[in-house]
Amino acid sequence: MREPLIFRMLSALDARARLGVAAFLAVALGLVPVLHLALPPESAFHVSTYAITLLGKIMCYAIVALAMDLIWGYGGILSLGHGIFFALGGYAFGMYLMRQIGRDGSYQSDLPDFMVFLDWKKLPWYWTGSDSFLWVALLVVVVPALVAFVFGYFAFRSRIKGVYFSIITQALTYAAMLLFFRNETGFGGNNGFTDFKRVLGYSITSSETRLVLFGVTAGVLALTFVFARWLVASKFGRVLTAIRDAESRVMFIGYDPLWFKLFIWTLSAVLCGIAGALYVPQVGIINPSEMSVANSIEIAIWVAVGGRGTLIGPIVGAFVVNLAKSWFTVSFPEYWLFFLGLLFIVVTLLLPQGLVGLWHTLRRAKGART
Amino acid sequence: MFKSLLALLLLACALTARAAPDPALVRQLADDDSSVKVAAIQKLTQTGDPDTVRILQAMADDALALAGGKVLIVDGDKAFDAATGAPVKAPENPESITVNNRIRGELANALAALKLFDADPAVRLDSAQKLQSKVSAEMSPLLAKALEKETDAKIKALLTLSHAQANLANADPAARLAAVRALSGSSSPSVKSLLQPLTEKAGEADSKVRYAAISAVKSIDGRLSMTENLGRVFSGLSLGSILLLGALGLAITYGVMGIINMAHGELLMIGAYSAYATQSLFRAYLPDAIDWYLPAAIPLAFFGAALVGVVMERTVIRWLYGRTLETLLATWGLSLILIQAARVLFGAQNVEVANPSWMSGGIELMPNLLLPWNRIIIIGFALFVLALMWVLMNRTRLGMFVRAVTQNRAMAGCVGVPTSRIDTLAFALGAGIAGLGGLALSQISNVGPDMGQGYIVDAVMVVVLGGVGQLAGAVWAALGLGVFAKLLEGWAGAVIAKIVVLVFIIIFIQKRPQGLFALKGRFVD
Repeated sequence: MREPLIFRMLSALDARARLGVAAFLAVALGLVPVLHLALPPESAFHVSTYAITLLGKIMCYAIVALAMDLIWGYGGILSLGHGIFFALGGYAFGMYLMRQIGRDGSYQSDLPDFMVFLDWKKLPWYWTGSDSFLWVALLVVVVPALVAFVFGYFAFRSRIKGVYFSIITQALTYAAMLLFFRNETGFGGNNGFTDFKRVLGYSITSSETRLVLFGVTAGVLALTFVFARWLVASKFGRVLTAIRDAESRVMFIGYDPLWFKLFIWTLSAVLCGIAGALYVPQVGIINPSEMSVANSIEIAIWVAVGGRGTLIGPIVGAFVVNLAKSWFTVSFPEYWLFFLGLLFIVVTLLLPQGLVGLWHTLRRAKGART
Repeated sequence: MFKSLLALLLLACALTARAAPDPALVRQLADDDSSVKVAAIQKLTQTGDPDTVRILQAMADDALALAGGKVLIVDGDKAFDAATGAPVKAPENPESITVNNRIRGELANALAALKLFDADPAVRLDSAQKLQSKVSAEMSPLLAKALEKETDAKIKALLTLSHAQANLANADPAARLAAVRALSGSSSPSVKSLLQPLTEKAGEADSKVRYAAISAVKSIDGRLSMTENLGRVFSGLSLGSILLLGALGLAITYGVMGIINMAHGELLMIGAYSAYATQSLFRAYLPDAIDWYLPAAIPLAFFGAALVGVVMERTVIRWLYGRTLETLLATWGLSLILIQAARVLFGAQNVEVANPSWMSGGIELMPNLLLPWNRIIIIGFALFVLALMWVLMNRTRLGMFVRAVTQNRAMAGCVGVPTSRIDTLAFALGAGIAGLGGLALSQISNVGPDMGQGYIVDAVMVVVLGGVGQLAGAVWAALGLGVFAKLLEGWAGAVIAKIVVLVFIIIFIQKRPQGLFALKGRFVD
C-alpha cells in the first residue's frame, strides 16, 4: 500500500523546509494565540487584534501569491485577472456569512439587508443552500474551478498565450467586476457583503473566532506550500516547467500542453477561491473592487518581488509588499503609489529573480570572498 | 408717444379699405356682463384681424368708451369709432367701460395670441412659445389662420403642434379624429406625449378617436425608434472615434515592439491635463481668446505626451525587450507613478475643462435627434489624426522603417534600419497620439488623475480585436465596437452592454487569436 499523500508530500521537502514549516506553524498556532490572549494589551509582546487581522489577511494574500506563482513562475502564464477567483471564493463564503446574520440585520428580515433594500421578496435561485456551511464550502472550490476550467479550456485550446492571455484575463475580470457592481446581480452591488455577525454560530468579532480563523489560514498556507513543493518536484511539475521554457518542443516530444496548463490554471483558481473564503470573515467585507484591474496586477508584483519560480518567494513577497502597504498608507499615504510603481519597475528591471534571487546572489558573493 | 403712434396706425387703417371687425361684436365689449365681454374678446381674437389689436389694446389701456350706443376709442380730445376706425366727435360724457382683473387677463392672452400675426418673426416666435401652455379649443381657428400665413419653419412647427392640441380639445369627436389623423405623420416626441392621454379611456371617451390615437402613437413610436437608432449609430461612431484615438498609439507600439503599454491610459491623461493647463494659461493671460485655447493645446498635448513616452521608453521599456510579460508589469508601475504625480501636481479632484463656445450646441437633424458639435468635432478630429497617421506610415521614410521593424525586426536591422531609434520614435509617436486622444477626451468626459485607467482596458481590447501592425484593424475594431456597444446599450443598458462586448471579444479571440487583420507571414516562436 502506498503512503498517504500528505506523507509523500512531506517527504518531498528537505530537512530545512520541514523545519521552516514546523516553526511557522508553531508560531502561528502556538505563540500568537498565547501572546494575544495571555498577555495584557499594554505589554510590549502583546499581539493586538489589529495585528492578527492584518497578518491573517496577508496570509490569505500569500496563498494567492503561491497560486499565482504556480501558473506564472512554473507555467509561464501571467494572469492579470486572478482577482476574479479570489473574489468568487470570497463571495461564495460571503453568501454563507450573510445568511448567518439571520434576523440581526437592520431590517430584521430573513433576507440579507441589501435584498430588503431592493424590495426583493425571496432569495434568488443561486442563493439556494447558502445557509449550509458544507454546500458553501463546496461552492468556494467548485465555482472558481468551473470558471477557470471553461475559460482556460477555450483559451489554451486556441493556443492563446503571452500578452494576449494576460490581457484577456484582465478583460474577463473587468467584465465580472462590472457585473458584480450591478445591484440586480444579487450580490449587494457596490457595497458587496459586510456587517457579518457570526460564522458557524460563533460571534465573528470575538478573539477566539479570530484566532481560529487565523490558525486555519496559517494551516492552509502551510499545506498549500507543502503541496506546491511536492507538485513542482513531481513529474507533472517538470513537464510544466518544460512547457514554460519551450512549449513547441514539449509538443513535439508528445505531450499535450493543454491539459497540463489547464490543470495548473484550475488548481491556481481553486487556491485563490479558498484564500478568498478565508479572507472575507477576517476582513469583514467583500465587494467588487476586489476584482479591479489594479488589485489583480498587484498579485503579480507580490510574486515578482519575492521571486517567481521559487515557492518561498511569493510568500515573502506577499508579506513584504503588504506590510509596506500598511505602513505607507498610515504614515505616508501620498507616497504609497510612488513606492508601488517604483517597486514594479525596479523589480522587473533590476531584480528579475526577486528578493530570493537577491539573497542567493549575496550569499554567493559572500561565499566567493571567503 | 404710444397714443400718437396709435393715431397714425388708425389713420393708416382708415385709409386702407379692409374688412372691419363686426360692429355687433365690438359693441359687446361694452356689455355690462363680464362673461359677454370675455366671449366677445375671444371671438374678436379668433378673427386674427389686425384691427382687433388696436381695439383690444385700447381696452387694455382703458381708452375704450361707450357713447351713443357706439364703442369709441378715446385719445385725448380725439375719438374714433372702434369698429370702423372712422374719426368721430369726442363725446361730451362718455360712459367708461369697466375692465376687471378677469378681463385684463383675457385681454393679455388675446393680445399675446394676436402677436402671432406680428411682422417681426422674433415676436411671433415668442408669442407661439408663450401660447403653448394655454391652448384651448376656441383658439383653433386663430391658430389655423396664423399657420396659413406663417413662413418661418420653427414657428410653423410650434403652431402646428398648438393647432393640433387645440383641435384635440374640441368637443366634437369628428374634429378630434381629424386632428389625431393629422398628427399621426409626426415624428416628434412632444406630439406623442400630446396623443398619449387620448389612448386611454379616461382621456378619450370616443372609441374611434381612441383607436386612431393608439395607432398614431404606434406609428410615431416607430419613427421615433428609427431616429433613436440613428442617434445610437451616431453616438456609436463618436464612441468609436474616441476608442480609435485611444487605441491608435497603442496599436503602433504594440505592432513595433510587441508590448502592451499599460501606462497608455496615463498618456491620455497627460493630453487631457495639457488641455486644462492651456485653458488656465489662456484664462490668466489671454481671456479674450479663451475660445481658441483648444487648438493651442494640440502641440502641447502631442509633444508633452511624446516627451513622457520617450522618457519611459529610454529609461524602462528598452531594457525589457523580449520580456513582454514583465513589460506589462513595469509599464503598470509607470502608470501608478504618473497617476500619483498628476494627483500631486493638479490635486486628486477632477479638474474642470470647459468646451469652447464654438463646440456647444449641435445640429438638430430631427425633433429628437440632436448631433452635438463636440461629438462631431471629435469624429472629425479622429479622422484627421487617422489621415495624418496614414500619411506618416505609408508616405514617409520613418513610416517605412516602422513598418519594416513591425514585420521583421531582425531583417530590418540587417539592412540598416536603426531599430532602436525607430523604437523610440515609434513609441514617442504612439504616446503623442495618445496625448491628442486625451485632448479630445477632455472635451466630453471628466479630467482627473484616474481617467486613464478607465480607457486602458477598452484601448487594449481594440488593439487585440483589430490585430497587429495595421491601422485598418484598429479603425474597424474601434468603430465596430463603438457602434455595437451603443446599439446594445439601447436594449440592455450600459453595464450589460459593456459586459457583453468584453465577453464577445474574449470569445472572438478564441476563434481568431490574430485579430481581425493579421499580417501575412510565417512565424515560429
